[in-house]
Amino acid sequence: MSTLPLENKDLLPDVKDDSTGGRPTMQKRVRQRLTSRTATAAAVVIAVIWTIPTFGLFISSFRPEDNIKGNGWWNVFTDREFTLENYADVLSPGGSQSPNLLSYFVNSLAIVIPGTIFTLVLGSMAAYMFAWGRFRGKDGLFIFVFALQIVPLQMALIPLLQLFTRVLAIGDFQLLPSGTYAQLWVAHTIFGLPLAIFLLHNFIAEIPGEVIEAARVDGAGHSTIFWRIIVPLATPALASFGIFQFLWLWNDLLVALVFSGGGADVAPITQRLAELQGSRGGEWQRLTAGAFVSMIIPLAVFFGLQRYFVRGLLAGGLKG
Amino acid sequence: MLVVDRAPKSGREKVQIAGFLAPALILLAVGLVFPALQTSYLSLTGRNGEFVGLDNFVWMFTQPEALVTLRNTVIWVVLVPLLASSIGLAYAVFIDRARGEKALKALVFMPMAISFVGAGIIWRFVYAYKGPEQDQIGLFNQILVWFGQEPKQFLLDAPENTLFLIAVMIWIQTGFAMVVLSAAIKGIPTEIVEAARLDGASAWQQFRNITIPTIRGSLIVVVTTITIGTLKVFDIVRTMTAGQYETSVVANEMYTQAFRAGEPGRGAALALILFLMVLPVVVYNARLLRKQKEIR
Repeated sequence: MSTLPLENKDLLPDVKDDSTGGRPTMQKRVRQRLTSRTATAAAVVIAVIWTIPTFGLFISSFRPEDNIKGNGWWNVFTDREFTLENYADVLSPGGSQSPNLLSYFVNSLAIVIPGTIFTLVLGSMAAYMFAWGRFRGKDGLFIFVFALQIVPLQMALIPLLQLFTRVLAIGDFQLLPSGTYAQLWVAHTIFGLPLAIFLLHNFIAEIPGEVIEAARVDGAGHSTIFWRIIVPLATPALASFGIFQFLWLWNDLLVALVFSGGGADVAPITQRLAELQGSRGGEWQRLTAGAFVSMIIPLAVFFGLQRYFVRGLLAGGLKG
Repeated sequence: MLVVDRAPKSGREKVQIAGFLAPALILLAVGLVFPALQTSYLSLTGRNGEFVGLDNFVWMFTQPEALVTLRNTVIWVVLVPLLASSIGLAYAVFIDRARGEKALKALVFMPMAISFVGAGIIWRFVYAYKGPEQDQIGLFNQILVWFGQEPKQFLLDAPENTLFLIAVMIWIQTGFAMVVLSAAIKGIPTEIVEAARLDGASAWQQFRNITIPTIRGSLIVVVTTITIGTLKVFDIVRTMTAGQYETSVVANEMYTQAFRAGEPGRGAALALILFLMVLPVVVYNARLLRKQKEIR
């Protein structure tokens, strides 16, 4: 603080160069530029390391089988030979030998879209009540719900599976039949709720109280307030949590393994890919193409919607 | 929804509150609270559901393989949050207000969008091994060869193979840390930064004395989230080594015991251990949350 006069000159470089002879400031500026250069260099190195593995796989997925297995993908720069055969192979419906990824791809969509919507609707309703409802024990209950993140998925799997197959069944009739999407929807919704409620609550609680009070005075009930005020105002948070939930569900393997019953009818693409990898780990031409087929949707969502990501979601929760 | 609003006037509020909360709370009770209790009981039973007391836990802490699993989990949970958060933070600071910031962010964040299974394939390819006399197809071994070294079986040799699996998790989680922390850094009021600069604070001093304290909350959230995610890590181990060659972790072993080996009791015991490991992390965060609420 004592250096204020000098620093004022810092803001006006021309003046300073004249008055101090230029040397020390020059040095300082050079040093500053250098540090920012090292920083930039470090950033570039990190970016390259983070990108190359994916890039290598991407290149490989377009190389003929013999080339993938024979030499490294970096050889494409001298030996340009590309093919779409790998993709044709993994996507074509065929016998049991065929990866047949297209139908698993559809399964993934059928699991993930409803799973995301259920979590969003139920989560935001509960979040609204925790933020603006008036009832006793609210804070305690909220902390309890937050703390449920403590329960590892793994702990809930066996009992939940038993519940679906035994308890929710009347005789042979199962309320949530095994080998259908319904079990996966319910399981994903349950596992997504604690985080959904927590994050959405943070956002919804930040909505100015006057708006809600005004609506109340006008005689609006909770449903009206929720649909007319909360949902529109919380759209950024809903969208960004929805995107995250979508990606998580798309990328899930564990829940799918347990609840899909392993059947080709409902298993998502991640499960099929894991199988391919286990049984024929050497078939790089199928694995590389298959991996990219499974990434198309998440990468499209990611690059298309990335500006909605964190901002909306964290606006309420992460202040300092 | 409309039905709820038409409930009789007295107690309508209560009915509405219940209507909003009930679906979520019932699902949570049925899907998490009750299963957690049941798993706790299951951990005390044997293969055929008979009561065996603490046998499963004795097994866990005496069998060498089970002990390796526990050790690996500890290594994972120390290294992943630490490295992913630090690299993410450094990167966020480095690229703050740099040219092409958005593109640079996208590159590092991209692994978040890729499934663990996809990441497993990507990295198995990076680690792929061929005999010394053959052309290498894995990048890491090619680099070793370029430097005149023998190619290496990255995923087979314990204990360092665990580290190579951990690298994959760090690769995935760094982007998450980076994006959250970058948003927090952007939230630091410019006046504070300007004032520090006027006081002649160096870049490092600014970082230590302003950036870190201001984004502390976000930092805690990031570390917590990654820690919990790491404790439950399953897919990477499953798809890259299936837990062989001494790389298993608790979450993977739990699946193996419960669904492959027909030992639900042991699986449940492992899940319970996982629960105990997550417990302190969540308790700490719940405390913070309560404090924040009191301030409000």
